[in-house]
Amino acid sequence: MMFFAAMIAVLISVALGLVRALRGPTMFDRMLAGNTVGTLAVLALALIGFVTGRPDFLDLAILYTLLNLVGTIAVLRYFKLSESAAPVADKE
Amino acid sequence: MAQFIDILSWMFLMAGGAFCVIGTVGLLRMPDMFTRLHGASVVDTLGMGFIILGLILQAGFTLVGVKLIIIAALVLLTTPVATHALAQAALHAGIRPKLDHDETGGHIAGEDASSNS
Repeated sequence: MMFFAAMIAVLISVALGLVRALRGPTMFDRMLAGNTVGTLAVLALALIGFVTGRPDFLDLAILYTLLNLVGTIAVLRYFKLSESAAPVADKE
Repeated sequence: MAQFIDILSWMFLMAGGAFCVIGTVGLLRMPDMFTRLHGASVVDTLGMGFIILGLILQAGFTLVGVKLIIIAALVLLTTPVATHALAQAALHAGIRPKLDHDETGGHIAGEDASSNS
């Protein structure tokens, strides 16, 4: 029961983060929201492991933690080298 | 004793869920990208920490508990790196923090603090 309550809170947080990811004016807002949703996905995976009584999900949570960092850094590298990173930015 | 640990675990899980919602509401309502980093940090430190702590109390000192500690350590190590890289990339791309005063100390004409919604 308490895992379900925490799970509902985490899912509400994911929904709010996705709203920011869809509305975000710049690309960096979307990436920040994506990073936050990634952390919340790790928490949701850990809670799923406890709800279903299968702790194997914790290995997936460890993997998602590492993929979150690698994904963020990789996308940042990609957009740093491209021209259309920030449409509102003034060219210097 | 088991009842006490259950109650403590329930409190930690509720606090973690509350901090997750608070952090994402901050992510949704803060005025610009650099202040939204604060909301994201609340989720990454307090929300994650309290939920993992509640789960550790449920798991006890087993392999599951050790895996949860590993998850907490990895999140605490990797999210500051991602956040720092994100802020530096945003500054590099020319996004400036939204200030009440401009950088020379004068007040920006036609804009006051109540309009930063």
